[in-house]
Amino acid sequence: MIDLIIDMVLLVFLIAMAITILRISGMLAMAMLFGLYSLLMAGLFMVMDAPDVAFTEAAVGSGISTVLMLVTLSLTKSRYEKTISKFQWRPLVIVISTGAALIYGIHDMALFGDPQAPVHQHVANHYIAWAQEETGVPNMVTAVLASYRGFDTLGEVVVIFTAGIGVMLLLGRPRKRAREKDENAA
Amino acid sequence: MKENIILRIITKLLIPLIILFALYVQFHGDYSPGGGFQAGVIFSAAFILYTLVFGVDMAQKVVPEQALRVIASLGVLIYAGTGIDALIMGGEFLNYSKLSTDAVTGQHLGIILVELGVGMTVSSIMLLIFFTFANRGRLEGEDHD
Repeated sequence: MIDLIIDMVLLVFLIAMAITILRISGMLAMAMLFGLYSLLMAGLFMVMDAPDVAFTEAAVGSGISTVLMLVTLSLTKSRYEKTISKFQWRPLVIVISTGAALIYGIHDMALFGDPQAPVHQHVANHYIAWAQEETGVPNMVTAVLASYRGFDTLGEVVVIFTAGIGVMLLLGRPRKRAREKDENAA
Repeated sequence: MKENIILRIITKLLIPLIILFALYVQFHGDYSPGGGFQAGVIFSAAFILYTLVFGVDMAQKVVPEQALRVIASLGVLIYAGTGIDALIMGGEFLNYSKLSTDAVTGQHLGIILVELGVGMTVSSIMLLIFFTFANRGRLEGEDHD
């Protein structure tokens, strides 16, 4: 019962947040609201007993990405979103049909926590039964991420590493040129 | 930001706690929620907070970019190296059971090493991306002067 009430409150706030983000045009407020949106999502994940995911969502979604968004905003000149006053029906049709397809797709989704769901029939049973015994690690999520799915996690780390290199190559200050510029200025 | 004394004091109080929590999430990740990725992000958040209050120059004195690049690469190296080590010990790539004479001890050791690698890479890459963005702002600011 208490879970249901918390869920309801969080979901209502999520919808309110989404509508507010649509309606306001100030970029700064928008970035902050996106952060709040992530924080609410983290709360929802917590209610769904997924603290590991909630952790990531709270730290990355509402922390790092909000800060990066704010830094980006401080780099650009525009502070307000350009609003198009003319009514455009094409985007509306695309959005409504995509939304309808997604809602139609929900019918095939397994109920939350249904033990008969296909996703719980494959390897999950093995993890639940054996993870602690095989790895000696009580936190099953860590055991799956670092050991059973170690190869995937290695891929993720390499992706983050590559993303960092990409950002540094694209936006980093080229040392040589910067130094020449400093000399010229002096 | 010389005048915001409350902000500076509170930041100085908060940063050790954030770092302590990040270390807890990192090294207690096998018993409680969390792991290398979350710990890395929380760890970098502490330094980002420091940068926001004290400026990029001060922050880069504390954590030089060059060191961050080395730590980021070292993290990937530790992760992949753990896998290679398992290969050398006669198992498959990333099969931690072969890291020690006892399979469970090997698994536990492998998971701790791998999570350490993840934490190192994630925290330093997050900081590097943030510093790159922040430095760019400063660069453009100079252009306008």
